[in-house]
Amino acid sequence: MKILAFGKIVELLGKTELELDNMPNTDILLGFLQQQYPELKNMKFSLAVNKKQVTGNTEIPQGAEVALLPPFSGG
Amino acid sequence: MNRFERQYILPGFGQASQQKLLDAKVLVVGAGGLGCPALLYLSAAGIGTIGIVDGDHVSVSNLNRQVLFGHEDLGKNKASTATKIISAKYPDLKINVISEFLRTDNILSILQEYDLIVDGSDNFPTRYLVNDACVLLGKPLVFGAIYQNEGQVAIFNTKGKTSANYRDIYPVAPAPEEVPNCNETGVLGVLPGTIGTMMANETIKLLTGYGETLSDKMLFYNLLNHASYQVELSKNPDSEKHRPQSAEALLQMDYSDFCGFSSQINWQEATTLLKTKDQSILIDVRAADELPQLVSLEFTRIALDQIEVRKNELSTYQNVLLFCQTGIRSLKAAKILQRQFRDKNILSIEGGILKYYGDLE
Repeated sequence: MKILAFGKIVELLGKTELELDNMPNTDILLGFLQQQYPELKNMKFSLAVNKKQVTGNTEIPQGAEVALLPPFSGG
Repeated sequence: MNRFERQYILPGFGQASQQKLLDAKVLVVGAGGLGCPALLYLSAAGIGTIGIVDGDHVSVSNLNRQVLFGHEDLGKNKASTATKIISAKYPDLKINVISEFLRTDNILSILQEYDLIVDGSDNFPTRYLVNDACVLLGKPLVFGAIYQNEGQVAIFNTKGKTSANYRDIYPVAPAPEEVPNCNETGVLGVLPGTIGTMMANETIKLLTGYGETLSDKMLFYNLLNHASYQVELSKNPDSEKHRPQSAEALLQMDYSDFCGFSSQINWQEATTLLKTKDQSILIDVRAADELPQLVSLEFTRIALDQIEVRKNELSTYQNVLLFCQTGIRSLKAAKILQRQFRDKNILSIEGGILKYYGDLE
């Protein structure tokens, strides 16, 4: 599966994309990401699975694309 | 020959769409980096009534992206300056100027007059306030925001309760340490130029039914590589409890506080900021007879009880640094000024003057 980062999350991950395996749902994915990138714990962001925003723990289908979407405030 | 001929001859647009634009009343929140291009294109397209709301004043660091303004406008109110420019270009349009910031006690009556709201503000408190007011009033909201080289565009609230709003994607505002101060993030003027123009585009399409809009979708755009990413938004059951459910509840919400702008710095950081003299000012908020006096730095004296009345003296500065005896009154002054100047860097100096001289004693 492909993880896409946006905004400030790109700075935390040091890249715009990650390839990961064996992440059956968003809770497991978030737990893994927070362990790898502890600063993510202090950030609020939304998740999209295959370009659909999801809330709560959501199943991640095989080969899915998951986007990490932080809020922007500038104008 | 008509000013709008080139758009109404477009197949599928037509005179009927042009009439819809002429009949529409659109409120643009913020005449800044997003608001300036949005206003230029909305007015050129012939939106019949446009409201411009902004309590901020033009400062020199705005000029790389707030393209309505130039050097002769420094220190002037953005809403009234933008209104003059747009009215001079198109005298047949009705342009309403609201030269103050939106607050919980004025937002509902201001928004009520318009069919559609365009949010080009530059801070989370205003964004949540505008969102919540639009949900309460059932007004469609064209949203745009930027961070460094990326932008977001979305349309909320087009289908009543079933539509997504900002809190469905971001139920609560980020904590202070997550929010970069606007003076710390750089931006190329073309980014808000692009995003603000996309917001005008979404507004025109939504009003006329032309093409497909970003209703209940959010578009992410990256200036560096033109990558764009569209996400379908959905209702979030967790979001409702964070949103005021009535006009009375909205009035009671403290929007300026809940995403806690970080308000304090130390003397060392303050001294560094003060080196940019045209952008930074140091204020003593104590009474004139209080000791010790500060002798080694240039400062202006505005006592705490005068701060609201004399706030206009600060309008051209980007960084306003406040001190008192111990840092308590200056923190209060900072909170007052943050409500007045949403995009300024308003900071209270920790420990006050006693801290400054503390090292010497």
